[in-house]
Amino acid sequence: MTDSPPTEPLRRTPLHALHLRLGARTAPFAGYEMPIQYPAGILQEHLHTRAAAGLFDVSHMGQARLTGKNAAKRLESLVPGDIQALEPGRTRYTQFLDGEGNILDDLMATRLATTAGDEEALFLVVNAGCKAQDFALLQAALPDLELTILEDRALIAVQGPRAAAAFARVIPGFEAAPFMSMREADWRGATLFVSRSGYTGEDGYEISVPAALAEDFAATLLADPNVKPIGLGARDSLRLEAGLCLYGRDIDATTTPVEAGLLWSISKRRRAEGGFPGAARVQAQIAQGPARKRVGIRPEGKAPAREGTEILSEGGALIGRITSGGYGPSVGGPMAMGYVESAHAAPGTRLSLMVRGKALPAAVAPLPFVPARFYRGA
Amino acid sequence: MADIRYTRDHEYVRLDGDVATVGITDYAQRQLGDVVFVDLPAIGKKVTKGGDAAVVESVKAASEVYAPLTGEIVAVNAALSDAPATVNEDATGKGWFVKIRIADTGELADLMDQAAYDAYVASLG
Repeated sequence: MTDSPPTEPLRRTPLHALHLRLGARTAPFAGYEMPIQYPAGILQEHLHTRAAAGLFDVSHMGQARLTGKNAAKRLESLVPGDIQALEPGRTRYTQFLDGEGNILDDLMATRLATTAGDEEALFLVVNAGCKAQDFALLQAALPDLELTILEDRALIAVQGPRAAAAFARVIPGFEAAPFMSMREADWRGATLFVSRSGYTGEDGYEISVPAALAEDFAATLLADPNVKPIGLGARDSLRLEAGLCLYGRDIDATTTPVEAGLLWSISKRRRAEGGFPGAARVQAQIAQGPARKRVGIRPEGKAPAREGTEILSEGGALIGRITSGGYGPSVGGPMAMGYVESAHAAPGTRLSLMVRGKALPAAVAPLPFVPARFYRGA
Repeated sequence: MADIRYTRDHEYVRLDGDVATVGITDYAQRQLGDVVFVDLPAIGKKVTKGGDAAVVESVKAASEVYAPLTGEIVAVNAALSDAPATVNEDATGKGWFVKIRIADTGELADLMDQAAYDAYVASLG
């Protein structure tokens, strides 16, 4: 008999014990044992988030502070987002790119209130599956800056039309915080970072909490009957309905922000100036149009088309593949995203999806599938 | 009580003469979660024991339903098209998938009876 090969033990978030008490079914995700669903099930969890509010444990994501001289300008050497233009307390979505303009990860970058002179501080949130690579990249490429990885903080999202009211009962004063802004809050003597953002298409917050307080904080939010725990299963269907990319599926190191329809995240100045990895290729794609584009797709029947499904033109030619696909509980039917040759990317274009050897009719659909309800002011 | 047999893949077979009503067990529907789509075969299709018979999809994923027995599809539960959640609500009743006319009743010996299936599910923890 031989010993089985050593496997990396799964990591647990500070909310692990709470998940188990709430009856979560867990599964490995990005090296963590994460809640996939609770007893209510993915369908009810999804619909509850759209109708009231859901609480999500996203503590597996990487949180870090990047500080030093001209930190915003320096970060721009790795990402195409306009970080210099960020006002203090404002957040921007951007991507780490490789030398070909392909996406190494996507992230949220927030400018923190500046200290003195040209010292600047940024708060970054990156994907769990990429965080080791991202932090290594930052340390190698920006050795003049200080990267502080915030290992001892949980990240909790509360999302949905009742999220703001539920959060205000715990910490008032953030009701009118703008979408894509971040501010500190004091809770039981600790500092929380409260960001008005999310991954569901709904209003809500993502809150960085010291690990030691995370369970109490989550339990306090869950004491509100409008707030239910939501697993990664519903998080995936919610973000897909909202037309948001999942790194590793809809975007990865073979796709550029232009192909992925993320050009909105690259400002006019940065498009013109470049100065980020792969700028030449990204600029060429902007000028000439990319050969393929990420699109929304609605199958006409009831059968979901999953990741990897071949997409055919009306004439029967292979023109792309589904990258995320499933059933949209709020859509009430199947929905998908994928890449197609640009000639077939206009909404309404008829396609076929090869599901279990059958060509099922579908059409390109505008994204998002469910209108975004971010906070846009009272 | 009707004669019900089970596979290790959590399909059940309810026997009525040489016709077997096939579906997935309550354990299986709980593991799958909310069923949102069921892909059923054409009536008249020949199926082989262990081969593909149908597909059941939850919000999360698609799963194959294997034919527990060799034979011919003589009926499908068309009601599941508009009400796939019936599989969750009544897996072993109204949530059946297909009826198979059994080609070789000898294959029944390979299936588990209720006691054996209960013990099998218990062993899965």
